[in-house]
Amino acid sequence: MKFNLNCKETSRLLSQAQDGGLAFTERLALRIHLRLCDGCTQFSQQLDFLRRAMRAYPGPDSNAEKDNTRG
Amino acid sequence: MRNNISAPLELDTHRPQLLRFAMLQLRDESAAEDAVQETLVAALQGAASFSGQSSVRTWLIGILKHKIIDHLRRSSREKPLAPAPDETDTADFDSLFATDGHWAEQPAGWGNPDQTLQQSRFFEALERCLRDLPKSTARAFMMREVMGLESGEICKELQISTSNYWVMLYRARMSLRLCLEQNWFQGDASSRSQT
Ligand SMILES: [Zn+2]
Repeated sequence: MKFNLNCKETSRLLSQAQDGGLAFTERLALRIHLRLCDGCTQFSQQLDFLRRAMRAYPGPDSNAEKDNTRG
Repeated sequence: MRNNISAPLELDTHRPQLLRFAMLQLRDESAAEDAVQETLVAALQGAASFSGQSSVRTWLIGILKHKIIDHLRRSSREKPLAPAPDETDTADFDSLFATDGHWAEQPAGWGNPDQTLQQSRFFEALERCLRDLPKSTARAFMMREVMGLESGEICKELQISTSNYWVMLYRARMSLRLCLEQNWFQGDASSRSQT
C-alpha cells in the first residue's frame, strides 16, 4: 500500500469507501490526500450528495398534500 | 375518515410513478408491471396497516422496494447478471485525469444540497441520468443506494466478484456525476431557482 495517492486513485477509493471496502491503511492514505487536495475534497462532497439524493429519490411528494386532505 | 385508501382508483393514480421506479431497476417492462401489480394488491390487502404518518406514495414505494428485491432475487437465480465488458473497466474515465493522475478539471461545488433536494425537477434530471446507466451497473448501484443493501449481499445476489462490484459502482457514480453536472448543475437550473 502506497501513501502518496494521486487523484485518480483517490476517486476510486472514495467510491469504495461508500461501500465499506477500505482497509485501515487506505483510509489513512485517503485522509492525507484529502487534506491537501481541493479537487478530491469537492469530489468527495459530490459523492455524499449523490448518496443523499438517491436516498431521497423519487423526491418531494407532490401528492402528499392531496393525500392528506382527502377522505 | 382521513387517508381512506381503500378505493383502488386512488391507489391507481400512483401507478405511473411506481412503474418508472420499478423500470429503473428491473429494466424489464413485464417484470416491472408485475412488481407494481403485486405492490398494489399488497397495499389493498394491507390498507389497514397504513399509518397515515407518511404519504400514500412513500408507503407504496416502501412495499414496492420489497417486491423489486424479490424479483431481482428470483431473476438472478434463473439468469445470473452478465455485466458487459465495458461495465467492469474504467478506461473511459481516463480523460478526466491528467497523465500524472491529477484532475484534468477540478470538480466543482454543487451549491446548497438541501435546496436542490427540495426540487422535483432535480429528481426528474436524476431519473433521466439513471436511465442512461447500463443495465447491470444500474442494478448494482440501485440495490446499494436505493434499497440500501450491504455490498456483500449484493455481490452474492448478483454473483459478481467484489472487484467487479467496486468498478461498477465507481462507474455508476462517475457517470451520474458527469450527467448531473451537464444536465443540472451546469445548465444553471439550480442557480436560477436560488435567485
Ligand atoms: Zn486529489
